[in-house]
This record gives sequence, C-alpha cells and structure tokens, in this order.
Amino acid sequence: MTETGPSRYALRMKGIDIRFGGVQALSSVDFDVRAGEVHCLAGENGSGKSTLIKIVTGVYRPDNAALIELFENPVEAISPVQARARGVAVIWQDLALFPNMSVAENIAFDGLVGLRPRGVRYGDMKLRARAALERLGVTLDLDQPLENLAIAQRQIVAIARALIQDARLIFMDEPTASLTQSETDHLLNIVRKLSSDGVAVVFVSHRLAEVLEIAERVTVLRDGKLVGVYPTEGMTQARLGELMTGHILEYKVTARDMSAAPILFEARGLSVPGQFEGVDLTIRAGEVVGLVGLIGAGRTELAHAMMGMTGTAAGSMQLDGRPYRPRNIREAIAQGLAYVSEDRLQLGLLQKQSIEDNAAISVLDRLLGGLGLISPAKKTDLIMGWVSKLGIKIGLPADAISTLSGGNQQKVVLAKWLATEPKLLILDSPTVGVDVGARAGIFRIVRDLAERGLAILLISDEESEAIYNSDRVLHMARGRIAGAFDPRTTSPVDLEAAIHA
Amino acid sequence: MHRLIRMGQIEFRLLIALAAICVALSLATDTFLTLGNLTSLLNNNSVNLIWAVGLLVVLIAGGIDISFAVMSSVVQYVAAVWLLKMGGGNWFFGFVLCGLIGAGLGLVNAALIHGFRIISIVVTIATFNVFFGLLMFFTKGRSIYNLPDWWADRVILFEHQSADGNWSELTLPVAVMAACVFATWFLIRRTNLGRQLYAFGDNPEGARRAGVNLAVMQALAFGWCGFMAGMAALMQVNIVREVVPNALYGRELDVLAAVVLGGARLGGGKGTVLGCVLGVMFVAVTQNGLNLLGVSPFAFKMIIGAAILVAISTSNISLGQGRAGHREAAQ
Repeated sequence: MTETGPSRYALRMKGIDIRFGGVQALSSVDFDVRAGEVHCLAGENGSGKSTLIKIVTGVYRPDNAALIELFENPVEAISPVQARARGVAVIWQDLALFPNMSVAENIAFDGLVGLRPRGVRYGDMKLRARAALERLGVTLDLDQPLENLAIAQRQIVAIARALIQDARLIFMDEPTASLTQSETDHLLNIVRKLSSDGVAVVFVSHRLAEVLEIAERVTVLRDGKLVGVYPTEGMTQARLGELMTGHILEYKVTARDMSAAPILFEARGLSVPGQFEGVDLTIRAGEVVGLVGLIGAGRTELAHAMMGMTGTAAGSMQLDGRPYRPRNIREAIAQGLAYVSEDRLQLGLLQKQSIEDNAAISVLDRLLGGLGLISPAKKTDLIMGWVSKLGIKIGLPADAISTLSGGNQQKVVLAKWLATEPKLLILDSPTVGVDVGARAGIFRIVRDLAERGLAILLISDEESEAIYNSDRVLHMARGRIAGAFDPRTTSPVDLEAAIHA
Repeated sequence: MHRLIRMGQIEFRLLIALAAICVALSLATDTFLTLGNLTSLLNNNSVNLIWAVGLLVVLIAGGIDISFAVMSSVVQYVAAVWLLKMGGGNWFFGFVLCGLIGAGLGLVNAALIHGFRIISIVVTIATFNVFFGLLMFFTKGRSIYNLPDWWADRVILFEHQSADGNWSELTLPVAVMAACVFATWFLIRRTNLGRQLYAFGDNPEGARRAGVNLAVMQALAFGWCGFMAGMAALMQVNIVREVVPNALYGRELDVLAAVVLGGARLGGGKGTVLGCVLGVMFVAVTQNGLNLLGVSPFAFKMIIGAAILVAISTSNISLGQGRAGHREAAQ
C-alpha cells in the first residue's frame, strides 16, 4: 500500500470558492487530508461542510480553485464517476444502499453500473464482497437482503462498498447519528482499522466527544469560511463548540434546587413486563429531570407508558394530585402531557407537509372557524406566534418542513407540542442530528419553559447534555432507576463512569 | 431442497398453492389432467404471460404501466394495415414491425415520465386513453379479417392424437412466450443492465448517486414492456385470426393482478420471473378449474381478488415479524 508519511496527502485543496445564486457557500477555503489520517470536518449546518464534500466528489464544480490535488495528482474537473475511480468514496447519512438487494450485491453494486451490457457473475461478486468485509474484520450473511440488517450493519455494508472500489479517501457524513453507544464504538474501531490500512477517513459529525476521540486533526468551517485546522490533542468540546459557532457557549450547570416546588407528576412502582420494573419517579412543576442510561435501559419505554402508549402498566401514576391512568395517547395529551419523540424525522413530523400544518396538527380542533372548518387566519397566528417565541428560522409557513435544518425542525416539533399547553413535556433525545449552536438554542427554550412552571423530563444519550441542562439527573439501567445525581455536585465524567460501570 | 429455500418466500408459497390446486382439480375432474387441457392452457395463456414479463420489468424499475394491452391493440392494427399495404409480408417482417412499434410506444411512455417527471401511473392512464381513443377514432371500430395467410395460419410445434381421437397441440405463441420469458429472465437476472433496473426501482436516489443513468433505465423498462406488448399483439392475432380494435381493452388489470400475485411490488425493486410465471399460471389454472367445475365466471374474479389480498397481507405479516425479531436482536 501507500507509504503514510506526514508528507503525503490524500487531498489538498486551496482557495475554493463557490456561489449558489446570491449565497457565497464557500469562500477561499483550504482543506487538506493526509493519507491514512482520520480527519474531522466540523461546522454547524449551513457552514459549507456538505458543499465541500460535494466538490471533492464531483457533484459540484467550484467557481474558483487555486489548487485541487487528489493523491498528489492535480485535478482539473472531476465527475462523480472519476472521483470514484480515483479512490474517493462518500458514505452518505442515508447510506444510498438498496434494501431489497442482497448484501453481496450491495457491496459490489458499483461494478455493475454503466450502459455497456455485460453479464453478472454472482459468485465473483460474493468473493469480492467477502474480501471487503474481511478487511473490516466483519462477517455478514452475504445472501440475505439488506433490509434484514440493522442500521449499524448497513453502515458496514456501505463501508465495504467503498473499500471494494479501492477507496483511499472515505467521507462519512454523520455516520453515528442513529447508532447506539456500542455500535458507535465498533464503528470507530473500524475507522481506526481503515486508517492503519492507509485509508484516509474524513468524519462529519455533530457529536463532538466522538470527533475528539477519533480524529487526529479537525478542520472547522463557519459560514463558508475556514476558521482553522487544529490538532485534536488538547482540544476540548467547549473550545470546539466555540470555534464552530463563533461565540462562547454556556457549558455551565443550570440546576436549581426544586425540592420546594409542588409535585406535578408522581409514579409509584410503575412496571411493564419486559421493559421496566418498579419505577418511582417524581417530577415537580418547573423542574427539569434528566434521564440517562444505555440504549435499551427502558427510558423510551417509560416515556411511552407515561403517554398511555403501552396498554397496561402496573403501579400507579398521579398528575396534579389526581390519579392518572391514560388508556391512549389522546387521553394523555388531553390531561396535559406532551411527548417529543426521539425519531423526529419519521414520527414527529410529516416531512412533505408545510411548516404550519405540522405545527397545527396537534391542536386542529382549536383552530376551527365559524363553519367548523379550519380557519387559515387562526392557523397562521398560531405558527407565527411560536416562530417568534422560539426563534425558529423559516422562509414561509407554507414551505415544506423538510426545507428546515435539523435544529429548526426540532423547534417546530416543540411548537407543535407546546401548542397543546402541556403541564409535563417529555423530550426524548431532542438533539439527535442537531448542531451545537442550535442545541444551545433548544436548551435555552427548555430552560425558559421550566422557569414558567412547565415540568420537563429530558431523556438524553449524552451525559454532558443531561448534566448541564437538568435540575436533577436519574440514571436508568436494565429497566430500573439505578441512581439519582445532583448536577451541581456531579461532573459529566462521573456520570459517564456510573452509566458504563 | 436447497434451491427451494433460496427461492423467495412468495414464489415458494405460490408454488405450493398452485400444486395443491392442480392436485385438487385432477381429483375433482377427469378433464383437468389431460394433455389436451394442459396444452390449451399453455396456448391460451401465452399472450398473458408475454405481457406479464414485460410488465414485470416496469414494476421492478419502480413504475407501472396501464397502457400495454391497448398498446397491443394499436400495434396489431397498425401492423395489419401496413403488412396488407406491403402485399402481405412474412413472419420476419411481422416480428420486426410489431417489436418496433411496440417498443416505440413504450418509449413514448418513458419519455413522458422522465421528461416531465410525472409518475408512471398517471402517464400510462393518459396514454391508455390516448392510444385507445386514437385507435377507435381512426378505425371507427372496424375489425380486420382478411389477414395474410402466414399470420392467421396456425403454426403447430407439437401435436398428439390421443386414443379417444382428441388432438392436443402446442402452437407458435407458446414458443414465443418461452423466448420472451427467457429473454426477460436473462435481462433482469444475468445482465448488469437488469441489476441496475432493480437498483433504480429499489432506491432511485441511491442509484442516481451510484451513477446509474436513470433516463436509460426508464427507456429500457418501458421499451421492454412495449416490445413485449408488440410480441403479444402479434401472437394474439395468430390465435384469434382477426384484428378487433377493442378486443384487448381491459385485459391489463388481469395481467397486473397476476404479476402482483407473483410477488412483484408496486414501488419497485422486487419481483422475479419465476414468481411472475407462477402468478400467471395460478390465475390461469384457477380460471380453467372453475370452468371445468362449471362455476360462474364471476366467482373467478372474486377468488383472484381474495388470493391477491391473502398473498399480500400474509407476506406483510411475516415481514413484520422478521423486523420485530430483528430489532430485539439489535439491542
């Protein structure tokens, strides 16, 4: 393979400019990746990361480029097919795989592309697919359809697909967004393996902790400009967040002592067989309770039980001092609960519908006009009210929700639920796929809501997120509440140790 | 046995169901399991199966075609008029002409779908009406009976007289059907173009990013379907010995039903030639059996409808269980 001295580059770009209409998407950006390096490309949504990847892979052509070199060969114009032939591969966030095709065919698919008719040799395809998976140290059933695989395994299929074409520079776009912790660890191991094999990997991720763990260097972009290139050694999450957003983010504990506030919600001995057991939970008015734990510990299941989505939960629940036993989600909403689900893209929003329709869907009966039909004026009032209250950046209320960034989409989900005027808001992993700056915005809103007396249950996969934004943090493990922490006396590192103990 | 397991679930179930029906019919009637009945089943269903493999390719590529049956009517009529003008022609001209006109009409569909980014069901419902309307308008509904001899004469590939004096025979349409089935299998299973069709139907955006030429894929799928409509047109005339402009109107839904029964999915990326053949045979044998048993033809429609619902809903059940089990495994 190639020698991986520091002098060898997989990619060098200098002075990249590109405009789309009136927007300068990138202005004189320099970017380089050393051979065999794990490099992180960091920046908020809209900072130009995707644009840069698309230039390297030939999807866009820059307006100006002082220099583009791939593996130390100058490149004039590059098409997607040429980029692939030169050893550049991208693993998109949606993976771009084929669910009904076999694993082997997915891995070897690019060899079939082209209009020159030729035969298909399935045996050969399987051999090559197996060899690629062996390089990753993974075995998968090559004959089964991809749709039977979990997301993490599909990702491995996508990586194998890149390897089979001798990729020496692989871009990974948000590869860990939908992975559990152990799946993420496995993926990071594979990335390290690739790197030691001489394959350079460029990682795009919103999870700063993981970026700092895996990458050697990080290139930070902001508003289409290069902020700088930094070694990850000695870099902290807070510093990286500052570089990305351009302002100092408040990473400070906001916990207050809420023990005097009236109890809003109380569960005693709540159990759903096979999901969680004997859960006692108290949430006070205006209190933010963080709920952390490993995937599968029963946190989301607990939220579902509180929302009446699990038919029969044993034990008792009280809301505002009265017995609370919702039979379905409609009853839970009617009594003042709201639930922002972890799967925003599929469950929380109707992607093809407009922003205003999405925001209004939970309160349609309150928007009725004279004839019992929905009043457009009331609907617009509702959405514009929330847009200004939550600081949502939108074009027109009638635009499709899919035109918004992750952070703004999440704010629309919040608006949708806040419109029901809940007393208790359950947030399930509210910042998945949301960038650093927008996260801060969402937690400012959460804090405001709590100040106004709303009780909030914050389910989080990230210890630091829970510590900095909750008044009290509960740790759930194997279906039970395993411990309670006071953020004022617990560091994220302590909490992480407790969870992974 | 290994092959049976490798065979898709839907195909396997269909095969079992088909075998069960055949056994039941052989026991219930003494006419089903006769060479005469089986060969006539093949002769009479060759046109349906030719259409079916054409439609299969479109379904795999994520489209749907409603217009292929009336397309065949147009091909028949145009070819008949043209050949009569030429002074008769022969089989070679017949195949070339019908193939070209059919493929050409299919490409019209492809061009509309790709050029204007309209979904295929809308385009083909429109062309279904346009083709049929134009045909009836220009022909005024007149049929053609004075066909060239080569076209109307039966071409017998195999014949056999049984002891009781009944003739059984296989005719040219069966051979053409076999060729069309084989060609389609070869295209979608053994060539890179066919695999790109699957990929295109499965995940169009993924296929586009991989560099698959989407315009060519649409043209290939609908052109292939049109070509098959041309072959079906030629063979149907050979069977009925006349060209009646509205004879094929309405046949498209029966074929679509059979192909869907065979496991092809509206939405693309799924479907096999084997399933398609089994689907058409299932429908044909059911109809034949009900005829032999003297049951009303309306019962046939009912049974095919029910079979589709059972096939689709049970395949979803097993899929759901597979996914649920999988999720547990992932945790």
